[in-house]
Amino acid sequence: MNSLDQIFVTLKQWLLSYVPTDFQPVGSALLSIVAIIAVFGTAFALTTILERKGLGRIQNRPGPNRVGPCGFLQPMADAVKMLTKEDIVPYAADKVLHYLAPIVLTVPIWLAFAVLPFGRNMSAIELDASIVFFFAVGSASELAVFMAGWSSHNKYSLIGAMRGIAQMISYEVPLVLSTVPVLMLSGTLNLNEIVNAQSGFSFGVGQWNVFTPWGAAGFLLFMIAATAESNRAPFDLPEGESEIIAGFLTEYSGFKYALFFLGEYLGLFAVTGLAVTLFLGGWNAPLAFLNVVPSWLWFFAKFGALIAVFIWARGTVPRLRFDQLLNFAWKFIVPLTLVNIAVAGIWYFSSDHLAYAVRWLICAGIFLGFYELLGRFLSLKRAPRTYRYAE
Amino acid sequence: MKFNFQGAGIVRGFVETARNFLGSYYDPERLTTVEYPERKLALPENVRTVPFLVYDHDMSGLRCTACKICEQECPAACIKIIKDTVKKSDYLGKSQFQPQVFDIDIAVCMSCGICAEVCPFDSIKMDQVYELATQDRFAPLILHKEQLGKSNAYFHAIHPTDAVETDSLRDEAKRKAETKAAADAAAKAAAAVKPKPEISTTANSQSVGTSATANVEKAVAT
Ligand code: SF4
Ligand code: SF4
Repeated sequence: MNSLDQIFVTLKQWLLSYVPTDFQPVGSALLSIVAIIAVFGTAFALTTILERKGLGRIQNRPGPNRVGPCGFLQPMADAVKMLTKEDIVPYAADKVLHYLAPIVLTVPIWLAFAVLPFGRNMSAIELDASIVFFFAVGSASELAVFMAGWSSHNKYSLIGAMRGIAQMISYEVPLVLSTVPVLMLSGTLNLNEIVNAQSGFSFGVGQWNVFTPWGAAGFLLFMIAATAESNRAPFDLPEGESEIIAGFLTEYSGFKYALFFLGEYLGLFAVTGLAVTLFLGGWNAPLAFLNVVPSWLWFFAKFGALIAVFIWARGTVPRLRFDQLLNFAWKFIVPLTLVNIAVAGIWYFSSDHLAYAVRWLICAGIFLGFYELLGRFLSLKRAPRTYRYAE
Repeated sequence: MKFNFQGAGIVRGFVETARNFLGSYYDPERLTTVEYPERKLALPENVRTVPFLVYDHDMSGLRCTACKICEQECPAACIKIIKDTVKKSDYLGKSQFQPQVFDIDIAVCMSCGICAEVCPFDSIKMDQVYELATQDRFAPLILHKEQLGKSNAYFHAIHPTDAVETDSLRDEAKRKAETKAAADAAAKAAAAVKPKPEISTTANSQSVGTSATANVEKAVAT
């Protein structure tokens, strides 16, 4: 089974053996790039169709089922449509920025995949501070959003871009803060090391971070911040089509629009991959005897499950108002991430003194108590909602 | 069952959508949409799309008399009528012009149904066809007399209530016209004076009047 686990690593080494030694680093990088683009490009196509089908089912309708078997060739049809559409650039637009924005959005996100460990020995590059690299390249999307909004010379684009910036900057804070407990407890910024730290088994169950109180809380906070960071419903205000047409995408069409679409999904994939790595044990098997299944299969199984959760959330929660969005970030999520860091500290220092179960209950109790109190406090000044038409 | 911790509503929402997701697979009753080209829903009786022309028996029995009232009333000005030189007898036995050309540009028609309201001869009615898409946006969207003409049976099939009412009004008008013609003929024979040329004009205006009144009554009824 070890050979199947390392099949891609072996394949890469075998291909590299045909490359002259001097060019091997370049060759290795190129091979990784091709693999990442192929895998996540396919994942993008697959996600769009599965998302539309899933959302359809959530709304009690069958979803797209016309193109190909069960509608699974729909992404091809979409691609043909996107590529053959006229590319319209507004007369008053800043042509250079308008052209560059989709590229600036997509390229850094591809870079973020370079540090994710997709399986045992399967990360494109080894960096000691890979998580810092990840967040650094990830924040370039803010720039792209603002470039798109500004260069389009359209008020809806600009409003969308402003919303995008405010939202992304606000949620960048809890996104990073919610990963801090993981970094504290595993004592490293290297994603491979973080996965290794979760590779043990206690009673046959994997020692994933999500099974600890600070890990579970951090995971939920991370998922919420990641949804907002990748501009997905219910945090898709920058594109709120009911208010501002398509936000910063208003003036984009054809291939550039497709690139934005791709960039958005890739951003989602990248943070999902990070969530798997940080909280769900990366490529580790959940149960000890399941270790025979190749590690990369575990990574992509968890990855797919998290994407399904994102789609589920999109079909469930209605879009927020902008003040609600920012209040939620600064008054609720950020304090909770800070408390979670404190909880992680308590967890760490109590390890010598208390039994595991007691430690678990105390830490979970502190976090949940704070959560409940903060929630109640924030809704104090609001009259209870009355729904005239629902219920 | 009502939990009341913070965020309980969100959890309940997630449960609800999960139930929809799973339920829609094993309970087809849940699916609210119809797979359109394969399955079509029966249309309600009052659905109207574009106008059509009613004929009795065959195309030569087209009720239209080329009076052009609908052409003038159409707010979208999408009807074009050219009178023919030949005449034919209408259902009251009077000699009327026929339309040589009767075109409706359904790209412009807004389905208001005013033409059907104003027609004094119950000739133009609203159709229920809705698969009207064409490859070209000009010529195929102009419907000619041949495409517009449809039988009275078709009218009965799509608008049963309206068709029955129209038929009874027309029968009534016809019966009245026949009695009047018989009375006139009797009077003429009895008086045995020389024939007056005005008779036909009087009868004509009267018959139009009856039909118009019938139309007004119909409008009030609907
Ligand atoms: S109003 Fe009626 S009879 Fe007159 S032209 Fe139009 S369809 Fe023909
Ligand atoms: S339905 Fe209205 S718009 Fe259409 S032809 Fe009749 S009067 Fe004109």
